[in-house]
Amino acid sequence: MASRARPLNLGPLVLAAVLLALVAGPLVTVAARAGQFVMVPQDWAAVRFTLMQASLSALISVGLAVPVARALARRRFAGRQALITLMGAPFLLPAMVAVLGLLAVFGRSGVMNDLLAEMGLPTVSIYGLHGVLLAHVFLNLPLAVRIILQGWQSIPAERFRLAASLGFGPSEVARHLERPMLWAVLPGAGLVIFVICLTSFAVVLTLGGGPAATTVELAIYQAVRFDFDLGRAAMLALVQLGLCAVAAGLVFGLARQVGFGAGLDRSLVIAGPGGWRRWADGAAITAAALFLLVPLGAVVLRGVPGLAEVPDVVFTAALRSVLVAIVSAAMTVSVALVLADAVARRARGFGFLEAAAVLPLATSGLVLGTGLFLIVQPVVSPLSVALPVTVLVNTALALPYVYRLVLPDAQTVVGDYGRLSDSLGLQGWPRWRWVVLPRLARPVGFGAGVAAALSIGDLGVITLFAGGDQGTLPLVVQQLTGAYRMQAAAGAALLLVGLSFGLFWLCDWGGRRASA
Amino acid sequence: MKTTLLAAGLATIAFPALAETPVLTVLTYDSFVSEWGPGPKVEAAFEATCACDLQFVGAGDGAALLARVQLEGAGSDADVVLGLDTSLTAAAAATGLFAPHGQAGATALPVAFDDPLFLPFDWGWFAFVYDKAKLPEPPKNFEALGASDLKIVIQDPRSSTPGLGLLLWVKAAYGDRAAEIWAGLADNIVTVTPGWSEAYGLFLEGEADMVLSYTTSPAYHLIAEGDAGKAAALFDEGHYLQVEVAGKLAATDQGALADQFMAFLTSEGFQSVIPETNWMYPAVTPAAGLPDGFDAFRPAKSLLMSPDAAMAARDAALAEWQAALAR
Amino acid sequence: MLQLDRVVLAQDGFRLTADWAAAPGCRVAVIGPSGAGKSSLLAAIAGFFPPVSGAVRWNGTDIGGLAPGARPLSVLFQDQNLFPHLTVAQNLGLGLRPDLRLSGTEAMRVDAAIERVGLAGLGQRKPGELSGGQAGRAALARALLRARPMLLLDEPFAALGPALKAEMLALVAEVAGDSGALVLMVTHDPADAKAFAEAVVLVADGVAAAPVQTEHLFANPPPALRGYLGPAGQI
Repeated sequence: MASRARPLNLGPLVLAAVLLALVAGPLVTVAARAGQFVMVPQDWAAVRFTLMQASLSALISVGLAVPVARALARRRFAGRQALITLMGAPFLLPAMVAVLGLLAVFGRSGVMNDLLAEMGLPTVSIYGLHGVLLAHVFLNLPLAVRIILQGWQSIPAERFRLAASLGFGPSEVARHLERPMLWAVLPGAGLVIFVICLTSFAVVLTLGGGPAATTVELAIYQAVRFDFDLGRAAMLALVQLGLCAVAAGLVFGLARQVGFGAGLDRSLVIAGPGGWRRWADGAAITAAALFLLVPLGAVVLRGVPGLAEVPDVVFTAALRSVLVAIVSAAMTVSVALVLADAVARRARGFGFLEAAAVLPLATSGLVLGTGLFLIVQPVVSPLSVALPVTVLVNTALALPYVYRLVLPDAQTVVGDYGRLSDSLGLQGWPRWRWVVLPRLARPVGFGAGVAAALSIGDLGVITLFAGGDQGTLPLVVQQLTGAYRMQAAAGAALLLVGLSFGLFWLCDWGGRRASA
Repeated sequence: MKTTLLAAGLATIAFPALAETPVLTVLTYDSFVSEWGPGPKVEAAFEATCACDLQFVGAGDGAALLARVQLEGAGSDADVVLGLDTSLTAAAAATGLFAPHGQAGATALPVAFDDPLFLPFDWGWFAFVYDKAKLPEPPKNFEALGASDLKIVIQDPRSSTPGLGLLLWVKAAYGDRAAEIWAGLADNIVTVTPGWSEAYGLFLEGEADMVLSYTTSPAYHLIAEGDAGKAAALFDEGHYLQVEVAGKLAATDQGALADQFMAFLTSEGFQSVIPETNWMYPAVTPAAGLPDGFDAFRPAKSLLMSPDAAMAARDAALAEWQAALAR
Repeated sequence: MLQLDRVVLAQDGFRLTADWAAAPGCRVAVIGPSGAGKSSLLAAIAGFFPPVSGAVRWNGTDIGGLAPGARPLSVLFQDQNLFPHLTVAQNLGLGLRPDLRLSGTEAMRVDAAIERVGLAGLGQRKPGELSGGQAGRAALARALLRARPMLLLDEPFAALGPALKAEMLALVAEVAGDSGALVLMVTHDPADAKAFAEAVVLVADGVAAAPVQTEHLFANPPPALRGYLGPAGQI
């Protein structure tokens, strides 16, 4: 095949450098306050537990997502698109809200144990490693399903038509079309979930059942807040970053690129295989929907009575959160697109770009916030930059997700239409306007939705920077729970979930519409 | 000429308070500042007397407050820090950032308390809160709790002040037997949450029979919700105190105002707000006395380690706790 | 005048040399066994495959440093000649202005080109709604609009039936004849070469030979061509 000279593009390189500085700068600043650092046995135990729970969470989420995504890809039924969208919702839940939703179903006085007790069966406890895994799968299965479903949709309908015309049975389709796609998609999906779970904190602590379930992120918390040992916090954050880097190295070694070639955007309805597979697909969709939607329903039921008690301050906080989310999402998507396009075109230094795009995923939010605070505070009052810093951090933290979502399609665009664009002299803005953006509208919309929702639900650095009167919605929810107002808090949390889901749905719908 | 005008204009935008009233900045925990906390009423009461602008800055929860003070160091804009508790004051004093407050101090504390740097503004007893209808006979002490099959939720001492308080409670009550007590409690603990609100939320959802909170928690349900069903279990080994204190930062540029605020802390205007906003006991009993329910659960015996003793004990106590619960 | 001056292409064990020239307005077929490097030769001229040595010149100027879009040529690939998310008219418009801000005159030129290739009324269709022949016509219409002095065809009509292909080749001849463009067309079908091309470049055994007059070449096929044509291909 023909190859070209690698384009030298300064824009993406500068962006990546800024990003790296944003992630590494705070870490270095925190580390500069350091004393000595040694890993104590508890730290190793934390590393072991972190690795175990994160790997299991990723494996289970991805493993369960495959049959669900396949079923959704090859079956058509009324309400399918709505179900796909709704099933994405758990990923957008703030951790504690999700935990309370799960407890309503699987908790000590939850629906499941009530049923078990009624049937005279022993009740089960959700607390422990299995509870952590349950919650992580609940939160991340939606993401895994969406990523894999996108993989399925990236196989042009023409290839399925070809397969059908060659008389391929389900197993041949799996071998020639689906398995190569899965090989390309699964490692990345697993990695993203692994890293999300790596830094999971509230879920692990609340459902873990005790100090045996201690993660590296909690050790960082302890270092900052209990021991006030910033050097230790920075080193632990580096350990966490290292774990992520090793995992990323392994995964990128595993992942293969597949070329299915381009289709003509024909929407062909390919009938899925019949027989028992029909039933299996139906069962997979039903089980996933129940697992994801029942706790979600519990969140709604808990919140509705509280809606009436929600004080006015919640609405101003909500407005602030929405604005922050929109700006963050726009910035995240722009940066992700520029980086993904440069990596897809194998621009000079694309390895560096890739690292910069994925690295923020493994950053400890606490260390990032603390470091930024140390950097900002001598120059300007942290209070006065609370919202810009929040936007910046949300952008950095959401970037890896959006980048990974956009990258495969960016690569497809370059692979399928790179030569055509080049031969027509399409570059700069016209290339973005007429080729990249229309081709990427779907993942861009989805990515913007994820970024907006993550930003809305994120408590992150705002606690360090915000004062009394510029809190975002999650902060106000936390203040309500801190003041015994659990019901109002549940109402505000429902509002939070509604807004986050609404923004997500709008972006996702916009993307799908634009690509149609 | 133009540039001077511009500079003057910029200066008025950048420093609007310069020509106006002096600003007193008080660093505190989030729930103090929130609409439901004491913050708004305290601010109104103080500003009525001080001809100043009182600004509260929330800095996360109580445990995050000290970290914030240490992060900001001498360059802090804050003049007063409000909301540390006595398990943190030794570390706070060691920073050298605080100046003596010179106030007479609190009168309504159940123990003698005298600290030149830190002035108590409210306090409470840690206690396990339960639902009377579901638990008619609560345990009378940690040993009975450990022997029962009751389920409890507690907070992690590494990330929360009540969690740390419980650690010191067991240590103060049982000394060398603390590890044994924790071993007994291990199978009662449903889970350990990052903070107070998560634990209390789990309790209200029915995930546990008891939750580590304060003896004043039932009063909230009584006064705010008209629910008399919650109670605090009184333990015969005594209850550990949480004493919340404020301190003046030595680097303040509003020394006189800061002193005025420190004096205000123990005055009626501040103290009368505390019970029904912070749901803690006031450090000086207000003229109107205590609200209903605040006398319902008064332990006979109070436990409190000195700040230095608490500081010295906490690392070993944490290790004991981890070892007992990690199994 | 296209001039390949001791051009050497190499990649992963593949090697091809070319050292010849072709006159403007000439229609040249590029034939040879599969994998010999026909497409690579076109890619090198189009700017997608930098030669390891030698130079590609147009009218004496080295065009090696130019980006593909800036070269004096249009290319039709085997597939993906149209963006599926854009209408036929937009796809054509890109040939005039990459930012698609067409003036009134330019829009009229697009319409004229659509009509010229027999697609009148289909300007608002998307490529997915076109037949293979119609898609080929649309791509040709864009080349017509671009009016570059060279047209490179990398088997764009391979998937079409014989009648349709003949029709398309006639259209190519017409379009190229209008602008006096040099056409280089890769094909694996000697019949195409004979019907369409005045000269043939034989690519085989690592060499893209200089163009030879079509009739002459098929009358006296060199050994490499004979091997390629096989017994059934004998004339």
